Amino acid sequence: MWRLILARLAQGIVTLWLVSVLVFAGTQLLPGDVAASILGQNATPGALEAIRRELGLNEPAIWRYFDWLGGFVQGDLGMSLTNRQPVSELLWPRFGNTMALAAYAAAIGVPLATALGVLTAMLRGSVFDRVSNIGALAMVSLPEYFLGLLLILFFSVKWNLLPSLANVYPGMGFWAWIEATTLPMLVLLLVTAAQIMRMTRTAVLSVMDAPYIETAWLKGLRTGRVVLRHAAPNAVAPVINVVAFNVAYLITGVVLVEVVFNYNGLGRFMVDAVSKRDLPMVQAAAMVFGAVYVLLNMVADIGAIAANPRLRHPRETGA
Amino acid sequence: MTDTAEATGPILSIRDLEVSAPDGTVIVDGVSLDLAKGEILGLIGESGAGKSTIGLAGMGYGRGGCAITGGTVDLLGTDLVQSTRRTRERLRAVRIAYVAQSAAAAFNPALTLGEQIVEAPLMHGVMSRAEARAWMQHLFTKLQLPDPESFGSRYPHQVSGGQLQRAMVAMAMACKPDILVLDEPTTALDVTTQIEVLALLRALIRSEGTAALYITHDLAVIAQIADRLMVLQHGREVETGPTVQILEAPVQDYTRKLVSERHKSLMSAGVDHAASDMLLRMDGITAGYGAEPVLHDVSLTLRRGETLAVVGESGSGKSTLARVLAGLLPQRAGTVEFNGTALPDDYRRRSKDELRRIQLIYQLPDVALNPNQTVAEAIGRPMTRFFGTRGAERRREVERMLDLIDLAPELANRLPGALSGGQKQRVCIARALVAKPDLLICDEVTSALDPLVAEGILRILRELQDRLGVTYLFITHDLSVVRRLADRTMVMQFGRVVEEGPTEQVFEAPREDYTRLLAGSVPELRVGWLDEVQARRGLAHPG
Amino acid sequence: MRRPTLTAWIGLIIIGAFAFVFVFAPWLAPYGLEATVGVPFADPSAEHPLGLDQNGRDLLSRMLYGAQISIGVSLAAVLLSFSIGIPLGFFAAIRSGWTDVILSRGVDTLMSVPVLISALVVLQALGSSIPVLIVTIAVLDSTRVFRLSRVLAQGINVMEYAEVARLRGEGLGWMIRREILPNVSGPLLAEFGLRFCFSFLFVAGLSYLGLGIQPPFADWGGMVRDNQQGILYGLYTPLWPAGAIALLTIGVNLVVDWLLAGQPNRQANR
Repeated sequence: MWRLILARLAQGIVTLWLVSVLVFAGTQLLPGDVAASILGQNATPGALEAIRRELGLNEPAIWRYFDWLGGFVQGDLGMSLTNRQPVSELLWPRFGNTMALAAYAAAIGVPLATALGVLTAMLRGSVFDRVSNIGALAMVSLPEYFLGLLLILFFSVKWNLLPSLANVYPGMGFWAWIEATTLPMLVLLLVTAAQIMRMTRTAVLSVMDAPYIETAWLKGLRTGRVVLRHAAPNAVAPVINVVAFNVAYLITGVVLVEVVFNYNGLGRFMVDAVSKRDLPMVQAAAMVFGAVYVLLNMVADIGAIAANPRLRHPRETGA
Repeated sequence: MTDTAEATGPILSIRDLEVSAPDGTVIVDGVSLDLAKGEILGLIGESGAGKSTIGLAGMGYGRGGCAITGGTVDLLGTDLVQSTRRTRERLRAVRIAYVAQSAAAAFNPALTLGEQIVEAPLMHGVMSRAEARAWMQHLFTKLQLPDPESFGSRYPHQVSGGQLQRAMVAMAMACKPDILVLDEPTTALDVTTQIEVLALLRALIRSEGTAALYITHDLAVIAQIADRLMVLQHGREVETGPTVQILEAPVQDYTRKLVSERHKSLMSAGVDHAASDMLLRMDGITAGYGAEPVLHDVSLTLRRGETLAVVGESGSGKSTLARVLAGLLPQRAGTVEFNGTALPDDYRRRSKDELRRIQLIYQLPDVALNPNQTVAEAIGRPMTRFFGTRGAERRREVERMLDLIDLAPELANRLPGALSGGQKQRVCIARALVAKPDLLICDEVTSALDPLVAEGILRILRELQDRLGVTYLFITHDLSVVRRLADRTMVMQFGRVVEEGPTEQVFEAPREDYTRLLAGSVPELRVGWLDEVQARRGLAHPG
Repeated sequence: MRRPTLTAWIGLIIIGAFAFVFVFAPWLAPYGLEATVGVPFADPSAEHPLGLDQNGRDLLSRMLYGAQISIGVSLAAVLLSFSIGIPLGFFAAIRSGWTDVILSRGVDTLMSVPVLISALVVLQALGSSIPVLIVTIAVLDSTRVFRLSRVLAQGINVMEYAEVARLRGEGLGWMIRREILPNVSGPLLAEFGLRFCFSFLFVAGLSYLGLGIQPPFADWGGMVRDNQQGILYGLYTPLWPAGAIALLTIGVNLVVDWLLAGQPNRQANR
């Protein structure tokens, strides 16, 4: 098992490296002159040349890649083209904000959704199960901004309970932060929890249909015992996967939510950078998002490996 | 409990049982049975006869949404149909316990065997943990499992199939139940393992005085263990009687057919193939998938018109041999000579004519036919491909072929989903034969079929060989089939040829111990066979 | 196939209605796309059932026109992504070996970055236009189609009927058209629905971020963005296009749910 986990860790590092290649290739090697696209209509040959020199565009692409990667590994994310500040100074505080919001949503959503998923699986076919399923299906279909605007309309505009803009700043108090971020958190929660619930239900059901669960019923065991002792240990691995997959999804869902609520996070930061075509900022943000995504997927796989009884108790050799 | 007062009456009494599937179809219709203390009642029938459903209904359980829709199931004075779920739960494991066909699927992979075995006695409060563990070790000893003290600490995937099946018996016996429901408990095992498990199981339930409902499709197996037999067909009772009577003097036609079919020989009388020319010569074949080869230095020859049976248990490499011959698994060493010329090892390098001359029939007709191609397409395509036959001519040929395999012409436009298992296998045979092959590889072609259906398939294969002179390579684990069909037999074990010779000689005068063990392990359809084998080998005496 | 359930019927009706609007929008719209007909954010009235937008244009008419862009762009992207993903997936499954390893590794790498992030990187480099959007989404999303069709084709390819066909010497064309495709059409159809939902929400999302459909074209996501400040005055204006997006997605999801739920209730009676 440890070998498998180590192999997965190594694979994660290789993937991270591939992500860096992809991000670099995506921003640099695609057709189109980066310098021209930065300057747009009012590009003079001199200005173009200056930009090219600054970005090192006249160097070979491989050289530029290693230069960029080398800087990145040491924490130097480059200089922003639009506001002439080091990208790292702009990026990390916003990254912290985004992670805080995602963590807030996950801390409430994950336990709630997995519990609901298990519950609906146990009550399969009941009215509660059917209603929750249709509700979850609808929730999954709703775009984040629809939910967000709906919540703003009622909670902020009509009832005046929570602020419509999620304004956060360094040094603000805990309750002020909660007040500011609860609406965006709710949107993230609704969208991801619905998905986690649906997938958990499917994962648990496939375990509940296994022959060894029938064995447990035929031993005259009570429902609680069957679910907790016999089904749960086997459902852990698929549910870990479901959760990690959706938490990974959450970090992209966060982009839209941040824009709806004008939240000062990495998502909105990246959208701004893209619309301003600020290359170093886009690269850095994409790398950070990519790294978090890769990491979460890696954690999920390692969790699933660790939860698999066949891998935990390998067959004795020569038995 | 009231069992002492009723010690003389039946402990399980089912009356007019009706079980329905979720879509409302009745799958068990009006079946009644009584089981006395310590009695073993065999439920026998083909697939779909409802025997497992009856067994589970005896525990008040409906699998896959099936529900008991009529009748009574009286277990030791409690009607399980009318009782509450809690009552049924209390009786399970303690009074009546279940042994499934596939122990590998029935054990929870996340828990040790021991945890699962002592669970029921603890949960039902019938034993203390120490008592339950001691009893479990006693059962392990009785079932001849290795290291009875520590066997329970293993996980299901850490023990062999035969051991797991025995552990399943131990789990069912954990609360010392009055009744066991045994659902094909030895069917998934190899023949040599099967008789071991069967003997141990019989010894154990005899010494404990446990009654049993023994569910199987194999008459020869049930004849060794049951006191009485109930024959079922399409969810209804055909007849019930003492085992000897059912086997020797069956009343109903259906039972008579079931009992008699397996005795007839299918050998074509007095044909000597020694003179006909050599069709196939495999020499020194070594082949496999991973680092370790599955086949080691296997050689065989086959003359035109002959039937060679390759027999062996799972893992013997017999199917690998078929894949090498078909070109699906290129050999690492050795040569294949076919019709006097060397055959390329990879099917992709074989000519269309070479491909045509070797055809395969598989074990599972369900996956051997494309579910979205009609019978006419399945049979017609090889004609087009190999001979360019099209249009009206192809349609006529398909009809002729259907006639040859005893299928009605209107089946031509059906999809496989609308055919029975036997019909599908016939279509597979037709699809292979339209290529006009020299060699037909039959890989366990009857193993997935019910006995009577399998019988029909064997008969058709025999007729076709007499008519068309095709050569068969018959791969099977079922020695009773081999004996009745093959001119020569080759026995394999661990990827090597153990023994080879005329079928009669291999079975009657085996030279090798393994052949003797294998041949002696095929259950014979008569009461007392297992006792003879046990006496001969000194196997598993209760004590 | 099973008979549609009640929820599946609802889904089919929703899809039908949107398909109708998609085809006949120019004939249905009472006003022009850019025609200013009143004051910004005017309340709904008999002539303007959904009211006017932030520039005083008839919202209903704009939404009808927007249907063609919103649905059209995502439909084109899905069709393209299927025509990339299915052949490559089948090819990888049938060829197996190195072809499969290279294609699969490539796809794994592409999938190791969230689609939105990859798309933002590409849009940063190329700028946003309808062809760029369609191709970007199609390529990024074809990874999922590739994975599914590869797995499905592998499942069929190990079936004995496929082996029989190979042993008959059938070519790649026959294998794909006659042996594989007919047996995987069900799951692929369901996947088409799911992929449509995804790219539909995705295009709308990008437009909402201001990085998707650009003027003079207008789609629903962009309309939400343009009218967003209306919500602060307690107006429903931005909710109409957002609701249209939600409704179509729900409709498709309901049908997909029915397509995927092949199995009847298999619960045991304990």
